[in-house]
Amino acid sequence: MRNTNVHHEKKKYLDSVYNRRRIFTLINFILLAAGSLLILSPLWWMLSTALKTMQEVMTYPPSFFPSEWKWDNFVKTWQAAPFDLYTVNTVTITVIVVFGSVLVNSFIAYGFAKIPFRGKTILFGLVLSTMMIPGFVTLIPQYVLFAKLQWINTYYPLVVPSFFGSAFFIFLLRQFYLTIPNELIEAAKMEGASHFYIWWKIGIPLTKPAMATVAVFSFNGAWNDFLGPLLYLNDESLYTLQLGLQVFKGEMNTQWNYLMAGSLLVLLPVILLFFFFQKYFIQGINLQSGNK
Amino acid sequence: MAKKKPLHIRREGRQGYIFILPWIIGFVVFTAGPLLFSFFASFTNYDITSQMDFIGFANYEQLFTGDQLFWTSLYNTFYYVLFSVPLTTLGAIFLSALLNQDVPGLRFFRTVYYLPAILSGVGVYLLWMQLLEPGSGMVNTVLAWFGIAGPNWLFDPAWTKPALIFMKLWGVGGGMLLYLASMQGVSQSLYDAAGIDGAGRWQQFRYITIPMITPVIFFDIITSLIGGFQIFQEAYVMSNGEGGPVNSMLFYNLYMWKKAFEAFDMGYAMAMSWILFVIVFIITIINLKLAPRWVHYEGEDN
Repeated sequence: MRNTNVHHEKKKYLDSVYNRRRIFTLINFILLAAGSLLILSPLWWMLSTALKTMQEVMTYPPSFFPSEWKWDNFVKTWQAAPFDLYTVNTVTITVIVVFGSVLVNSFIAYGFAKIPFRGKTILFGLVLSTMMIPGFVTLIPQYVLFAKLQWINTYYPLVVPSFFGSAFFIFLLRQFYLTIPNELIEAAKMEGASHFYIWWKIGIPLTKPAMATVAVFSFNGAWNDFLGPLLYLNDESLYTLQLGLQVFKGEMNTQWNYLMAGSLLVLLPVILLFFFFQKYFIQGINLQSGNK
Repeated sequence: MAKKKPLHIRREGRQGYIFILPWIIGFVVFTAGPLLFSFFASFTNYDITSQMDFIGFANYEQLFTGDQLFWTSLYNTFYYVLFSVPLTTLGAIFLSALLNQDVPGLRFFRTVYYLPAILSGVGVYLLWMQLLEPGSGMVNTVLAWFGIAGPNWLFDPAWTKPALIFMKLWGVGGGMLLYLASMQGVSQSLYDAAGIDGAGRWQQFRYITIPMITPVIFFDIITSLIGGFQIFQEAYVMSNGEGGPVNSMLFYNLYMWKKAFEAFDMGYAMAMSWILFVIVFIITIINLKLAPRWVHYEGEDN
């Protein structure tokens, strides 16, 4: 009798805990769902504005759904400016930058992670400390340097630096290299392999995920770079998509449907990249903060 | 006298230097060299073409005593940093706390919240210019549903910086990922022990989760501060390179840009860049000094 009573009390207690937890989860879910709508609404607005006629864009109050879906706004936008050319230029720069970043940073990071040499700690500290320097401090004298080299109005200032390592990527890849057991490297050395051979045959295959992370981040950086092209490119025939979009903005004034169509087209590759390679973005974030 | 190291070790050391050689060259050519040149040139009237006369501290003196726009740009930049850094940090922690529960659809939510964080460049700025349009934009349309007459955002000097801060908050998912990964690394046994002692959800969050993620909070604050002081692109695009209306978007880097690449007053601009460097440096040092008081590293007792 007494026993069942205790049992009953316990069940009642557990039920109340369970119910409270369920209500908590529900509130949590509702908050997150509402937040998602809030976060996604600008992207929806971009698409719906891109599909409207100019007359509808100017109608007050504006609506979240176009009354008529003008898909050919995208075609008209693409033809209104030399977007083909901008795309070719941007892809050219991006491919070179991604190639350089992935290969060279992997090489440097292997050296910092797996080869003992004098002054390594100090030099690596120097690598990290360069991340603290505000970009403009070096940007202005770099411009002077590139001007003296006659590199203004060429792609050299935009791509050459990516072949000399970047602190952030060296740091990311080094973190990853440190998780590779040293025994593996030692064993290869016993067999008489040089570090260069080990890096090429063992290091690269084992760090592919981290190299993919560097690839997506450097793609994103090169694709979205506005400052570099703005500073170094004068001829419109050399313009990138970012620069082209800025010019397009001036030409279109406030024709928001075309401007949103153009913006969406320029952002689309990045959005697609994100959906296909999300795990590499997330991995980069985790390596960066020292999370496992 | 120390004995010379065996040959194979010295040889290995040489290989090490070969591996980091690209970085060393890059450091000398693109960082150290430019830094030295810039430091020297900040004491001259350098204009990239004809003149480079040593003028002592004249650039610095002019900045501090005779240049109202210098102070305006400094004010704008501090305003932006002071609001955007705490808001994005708190927002990201709050969001990751919500996601760090047994909530259905975690992967979906994580993707949605992270997406805006990776979008940047002119496309995003154009989008926000449209969203913030007083008449045809989405923000004021939604505010009107609640009977609020939205401000003129990018056309009203009082509202331009809050507008940029809103835009920054859209990308709060970047920080969220950082915190979420860290929270998921907190050992369940800590929560179980606290649960037995009768600690509620809030207490567990306040006294277990937060201390355990302080290293990541510290990292996030440092990088956001350094990044925040360098705000440039959004202000350049959204104010057509002018920093208006009424210089309300004239951030420090934008003013420096105009001095360096429009007026070609390079010596002056380089002096400005060194002042920014010193500001960022001091703030980072202060943060490093304060860290032991609140940042908790695992393996430490206090």
